[in-house]
Amino acid sequence: MAHDVSTYVIVGTGAAGISAAQAIRQRDPAALITLIGDDPHGFYSRPGLAYYLTGELAERQLFLRQAGPFVMLTGRVTGLDVAGRRVITADGREHHYDRLLLATGSAAGRLPTAGAELKGVVKLDNLEDAREIVRRAGRGRTAVVVGGGITALEIVEALAARGVSTNYLLRSDRYWPNVLDETESRLVEQRLRNAGVRIHYRTQLACIFGKHGRVAAVETDRGERIKCHLVAGAIGVEPRLELARLAGLKIERAIATDEYLQTSAPDVYAAGDAVQESDDITHKPTLDTLWSKALRQGRIAGANMAGDREQYRRRVPFNVTRLAGLTTTIIGRVNAGPDDDLVSIARGDSETWRQLPEVMAVQWHSRLDRTRVLVARNTIIGAVVMGDQTLSRPLQQLIANRVDVTSIAERLRRAGDALSDAIIGRWLEWSHGTAE
Amino acid sequence: MNVKLTCSRHEIRSTGRVVTDGSRCVQCGMCSYNCPSGIDVRHHSWLGRPVDDSRCLACGQCVARCPRGALTFTRLALFNEGGS
Repeated sequence: MAHDVSTYVIVGTGAAGISAAQAIRQRDPAALITLIGDDPHGFYSRPGLAYYLTGELAERQLFLRQAGPFVMLTGRVTGLDVAGRRVITADGREHHYDRLLLATGSAAGRLPTAGAELKGVVKLDNLEDAREIVRRAGRGRTAVVVGGGITALEIVEALAARGVSTNYLLRSDRYWPNVLDETESRLVEQRLRNAGVRIHYRTQLACIFGKHGRVAAVETDRGERIKCHLVAGAIGVEPRLELARLAGLKIERAIATDEYLQTSAPDVYAAGDAVQESDDITHKPTLDTLWSKALRQGRIAGANMAGDREQYRRRVPFNVTRLAGLTTTIIGRVNAGPDDDLVSIARGDSETWRQLPEVMAVQWHSRLDRTRVLVARNTIIGAVVMGDQTLSRPLQQLIANRVDVTSIAERLRRAGDALSDAIIGRWLEWSHGTAE
Repeated sequence: MNVKLTCSRHEIRSTGRVVTDGSRCVQCGMCSYNCPSGIDVRHHSWLGRPVDDSRCLACGQCVARCPRGALTFTRLALFNEGGS
C-alpha cells in the first residue's frame, strides 16, 4: 500500500513563505513542499538590502543558510483553481496541492509621474532593484528621491553613502509626519543634511525628463529643474492580491483569514503582507508590513497546514530600524494623521502606529537620543525610542503586556531621568512578578 | 567601538554570552559578516538560540554592529558572583 504523501504548495518565497515551509517540514518530514515565487533570487533578507545598499554588507551575505529541503521554483503563478486544488504557473505547468499557502507579499507602487517609465527611475522592492541602484549610483552623480517611510530613507542614506549628490523631495514640511513627532523628524532631517542630502520641503515631483530613454532631469511643482541621473520613488506598497482575487477569496483591505490563518477557501491559507489584520481598538481591517509578523504568521499558518490548531493573535506592532543612522524603535500607537509622501502603507510599517486615541505624551531628549512615551489612562500604549535603546525593551514589554503603570503615573509626568528610572523600575517590578 | 579588555576571553565567556532576540532580527547578516571567527551568528538568531559556539571570542562585534539591537551580551547566573 502506498503511503499518502501530503503535497504543500507555497506561493511566495519571502519571510512568510520560508517560515511556513520550515514549520511544515518540522511536522511532516515526508511532505512534498514546493515554493513558487517570481523573485529569481528566492529567499534573502529583504530588510538587509538597506545595508547592502550602503555598502556595509556584501550581497552574498543576504542569503541565509538553506533551511530545506524544499523545492524552490522561480515562476509567476497565474491561476488558482480552488475546486480542482491546483495552481497554474505562467509556463502552463500545473501544480496539485493538498494545502496551499498564499504568501504573495506586497509590491512597491509605481510613481504616477510623467516619465516614470524612463531608465534610471528606480524603486526598492527586491535584490534586482537594489542592484540597479548600486549600478546607477556613483560619485559625481545626482539623484532625486521622492516618497516617505523607511524605504525612502534607506534609499536616501544609501545614495549619500555612495557619494551621490542627493535631493530628497518632501510634500509636507517634515519627514514621516504621521509616525514621528516634529522633534523626531527634525533630528532625522538634520542628520541627513549633515550627510550632504538636500531636502526640498513642500515640493512635489511634477515631471521626469529623459534623454535617449534615460533620466536627465526632473521638474518640481515649484518650477525648479534638477538635473539628475537617477529618480527613486518609495511612495508605499500594495498587498499583492491578484491570485486571491482570481480565486474569489474574501478580500477587504487584503486577504481575510480566520484565526487559524485559513482563507475563505478550504485548505487555502495566507500569511505575511498580503493578509489583513484586525485593529484591536477600531476592529477594522488594517495592514502591517512587518518582517516579524510575516515570520510569525508563516510559522503558524505552516503549522496549521500540517495539522496543528494554533490560533494567530496579533501582537503590538513593533519595528526597529535605522533612520539616518539612528537606531529607532517604534512600538504600538504613536501618532495620527496623513502622510502626503505616501499613497499607501510603507514597508516595515503598521497602520496601527497611526491610530492614536487621547493620550498624554511624555518625551525627553538629549543631543542625539530621544524617547517619546504615549500614556493612555493606566497603560503605556506606544513609544518611539531613537538613539539610546536602553528603554526600548522595557517599553516593548510594558506595552505588549498592557502593564498597569498607575504606580508611576506621577513620575511619568516629570520628563527626563526620573521618567527613565520610573519605566525601568516598573518593568523590573513587573518582570519579577511574572517570573514568580 | 574600542573596548579595552582586562581579562581573558575564557573569563569573559564563562560569565556571559551573546543572546539573540528573534522579534528584532531581520536576518540581514551584518553579525555573521562582521564576526572575526566566522561564526554564522545570524543562524543562531534564526533558530532563536544563544551564540554557544566555542569559537566565540566575546569580542562584541556582532552586538555592536547589529542595526536593530537584536543581540545582547547577557551574563550567565553561574559565575557572576562579585562581578561588576
